[in-house]
Amino acid sequence: MTALLVVLGVPAGAALVLAFIANWRLAAWLNVAASAATFIAAAALFTAERPAPGHLLLVDDFNIYLIALTAFVALTTAIFSASYIAHEIQRQRLTSRLLRFYHAMYQAFIGSMLMALSADNLGLMWVAVEAATLSTALMVSLYRTPAAIEAAWKYFILCGVGIALALFGTMLMYLAAQPALGEGMAAVTWSTLLAHAANFDPALLNVAFVFLLVGYGTKVGLAPLHAWLPDAHAEGPTPISAVLSGLLLNVALYAVLRFKMLLAANPQALAPGPLMIGMGLLSLSLSALMLYRRRDIKRLFAYSSIEHMGIAAFAFGMGGPLANFAGLLHMTMHSLVKAAIFFTVGHIAQVKGSQRIADITGLTTSHPALGWSLVAGVVAIAGLPPFGVFTSEFLVVSSTFARQPALALPVAVGLLVCFGALLLRLHHLAFGPSSPNAAGSHAVPTLSLVPIWLHLALALVAGIYLPAPLVAWFQSVARLLG
Amino acid sequence: MTALAILVVQLVAPAVLAPLLTGLIRKIKARLLGRRGPPLLQPYRDLARLMRKEPILAHNASWLFRGAPYGALGAVWLAMAAIPTFTTVSLGLGLDLIAIAGLLGLARILLALAGMDVGTSFGGLGTSREMTIGALAEPALFIAIMTLALVAHSTALPDLTLALSEGVGLRVSLALALGAIVMVAMAETGRIPIDNPATHLELTMVHEAMVLEYSGRHLALIELGAMLKLALYLSLIACIFTPWGIARDAQPAALAIGLGLWLLKLAAGGLALAVFETAIAKMRVFRYPEFLGAALLFGVLGTVFLYISQHLK
Amino acid sequence: MSGLAFDIAHLLGALVLTLSFALLYQRRLTAAINVVAMQAAVLAAAAAWQAITRDSPHLFATAAIALVFKAIAVPALLHWLIRRLNISSTVEPVFGVTLTMGLGVGVTALAILLVLPLTAGETLLLREDLAFALAVALLGPLLMIARRNAVVQVVGFMSMENGLILAAVGVKGMPLVVEASVSFSVMVATFIFGVFFFHIRERFDSLDVSRLEEMQGERHP
Repeated sequence: MTALLVVLGVPAGAALVLAFIANWRLAAWLNVAASAATFIAAAALFTAERPAPGHLLLVDDFNIYLIALTAFVALTTAIFSASYIAHEIQRQRLTSRLLRFYHAMYQAFIGSMLMALSADNLGLMWVAVEAATLSTALMVSLYRTPAAIEAAWKYFILCGVGIALALFGTMLMYLAAQPALGEGMAAVTWSTLLAHAANFDPALLNVAFVFLLVGYGTKVGLAPLHAWLPDAHAEGPTPISAVLSGLLLNVALYAVLRFKMLLAANPQALAPGPLMIGMGLLSLSLSALMLYRRRDIKRLFAYSSIEHMGIAAFAFGMGGPLANFAGLLHMTMHSLVKAAIFFTVGHIAQVKGSQRIADITGLTTSHPALGWSLVAGVVAIAGLPPFGVFTSEFLVVSSTFARQPALALPVAVGLLVCFGALLLRLHHLAFGPSSPNAAGSHAVPTLSLVPIWLHLALALVAGIYLPAPLVAWFQSVARLLG
Repeated sequence: MTALAILVVQLVAPAVLAPLLTGLIRKIKARLLGRRGPPLLQPYRDLARLMRKEPILAHNASWLFRGAPYGALGAVWLAMAAIPTFTTVSLGLGLDLIAIAGLLGLARILLALAGMDVGTSFGGLGTSREMTIGALAEPALFIAIMTLALVAHSTALPDLTLALSEGVGLRVSLALALGAIVMVAMAETGRIPIDNPATHLELTMVHEAMVLEYSGRHLALIELGAMLKLALYLSLIACIFTPWGIARDAQPAALAIGLGLWLLKLAAGGLALAVFETAIAKMRVFRYPEFLGAALLFGVLGTVFLYISQHLK
Repeated sequence: MSGLAFDIAHLLGALVLTLSFALLYQRRLTAAINVVAMQAAVLAAAAAWQAITRDSPHLFATAAIALVFKAIAVPALLHWLIRRLNISSTVEPVFGVTLTMGLGVGVTALAILLVLPLTAGETLLLREDLAFALAVALLGPLLMIARRNAVVQVVGFMSMENGLILAAVGVKGMPLVVEASVSFSVMVATFIFGVFFFHIRERFDSLDVSRLEEMQGERHP
């Protein structure tokens, strides 16, 4: 319990402290220190005693690994962010006053995501997701360019509508639970809900899930509710793009899965699978087509995030131990690899002074370390062996082939199309004659490349060898998901 | 004997009183604007003057042009007689709200056809505008009628009056229906903000443009019809939404109270209309659909709310 | 619940929905803001009425929040912004009012037909409140689509949350209603501040928009 309180308390406290620190160098290091403390506490959760279910907070097999993953990516992003913002200050795109705001919001965002992950109370989870929306929307508009303001606005409005629909869904869920659980907190506490889900009113449960899927699905970036995602990724600071893609989408998907578990526990309720499969496939095919026409490097990878969230949603929609396992693995791998790619892209955009793909060529000759990191990252995200994304995508496709061959075909085609688009762009970005660097650009310090390599190494290890305890654990969670 | 007397009063009183109501509204409006205004009985004098004059007809005017004023006035008059102004007994006409709406529609069609008959541009313009308003106002009126019918389980006005005077609790649907009917009434009787009865400005006039070709006794009939229509809508609103004091049997005392209250309600309605017209500006022609769309919406919402609360009970 | 108590609750719920439709009609920003403020005030009355009839005092807090934040503070903030930023007050709809109305009625019908059969076992008032609330919550996005104007979108969002709070108030014993309404209000207010406030500040290095006029003055002497 103490470890969990530390996990939630450190970001909240850090957000308060960072709001008052005017020196941005100090703030950046405090940001890293706070994130490191959070990560250590999150790692300690594995051994610590878990809080008794039925109250506000919950730690179980499912969320504990997401909490750890979130804290880990938050830490590496904080490290990347320190070097990123130093450069932005140098280019005078940011001021120290804005950075004070940025650091406070970063910790607030991480804190609210961890809160959403560890909430047992559906209302608390909703408030936390809303807080995460608010803090990221404010960070997306950090550069104050008209495009950034517009992106933040779109993000706020779309996700605001989504979050409102999710609240309506939560209310319907409460109503569905009332006959079994009566009034009060019990009927919004997830662990109690799960225990009694079999007695809920199935019709209400179904409609509630539709609202929740649409509501939280907006935040997952599932098509057709994805319109905010590319803009928010492209116009915000790159560390924010990394945590948006790597963490926030996961948290929203996690929320949807929690509700899916409730539906799975009620024998009369509708099978949530087809809805998620439909949205997943739509996201996959839409992003596959969109990937070809991107001119902005961050937008390119934002669409790739839509693709991967589509794959994960598809996998969870298929259900069953194997597909769920693949979905969980895919969420993890995508977080690691996509965050690494955004770190790389952040450096690239800084040394080239542009996000336009046309302005960036021949990275492997001009910046070998960056260039080859990008190659490794794109190879990983495109689903080539030996990286972990290959394993999870292979599992998704093969488990689908075994059960619904007709559905496996569009998935395989979508994956191939995305693969082609990414490699096409990669060839242009990484090879050939190198484009001129931005005026005053400097060599990227090796330290700031460490997070990238760390993420990619983890993805590589997962692709080659998954430790048996991890597998056993993913399997137990996959069974929980139904 | 009493029944016959009631019928006679029902038929004659509105026609006699309608010009007085118009005069009253003009007088109040003038006073509100700081003018002395014409005397109360001026509309009677105008009508009498027009009746004495010879109607001038265009050489290509057909029988329709000559007949329309009589038909229109007849239809409005008949509709007026069907409204339980001061008593619910012994109307014997069997006309319900839908028939009243139909009669008013008939009067409008006759005048519209007559407006186009001579083939002048003003007649056509006025007709086109009048029909636009009618096409929007009638659905709104019917939806509002439906709301009322759902409350009273009948479209016959005496039943409606009885049902509503017994108290149906606090009904938001009725308020919305009232809003819809008032808006329709303003459009149908050519009042501000839809039309201005006092203007002959070609850009804005609607009703006046349509009947611009008329003169002499034909015009008198049309004017009387318009006055009667105003009295009709005021009485209709009064008998549905303020059904108090309307006599339920043929007792002379009850009848006298009913009659007195009716006159008071008409005067109050006229006062409210005058104040409202003074306070508000006329709308652009292009905004009519929005105004009447709102009336339609009120009607629809009223029905929906009623459906919900009745469906649930 | 007695007849009159129900009638009053019905009246207030219906008024919230009617005001949502009134919102679709507005062509002026200031009028739209006033309508949504009025809607919040009616919502506050509805919450207070529920607090009295159902004897649940925490709903008074919801009512107070609706009144203070949504009916007074946020509208005042928006009015201030419009004055400060010289935002043009007329908004032309993207598509016609008639079409918007038609869609609105359709959405309302959909909400009612969805909610009523679904909640067959619940109390009368709750079913009705839920139906109205869903209709209001769907009319909000409709307004946002029909008018591509940032301020109107905030207004639409506020109207949407008014609907949700109406639903939450109707659901008996729903926990966290107060928290939800607070966090909605905070979200709106912070965001309005965050975007507009900082936008202006960055652009002109001062909150004083009169500097903008000075610049124009220099260009056109």
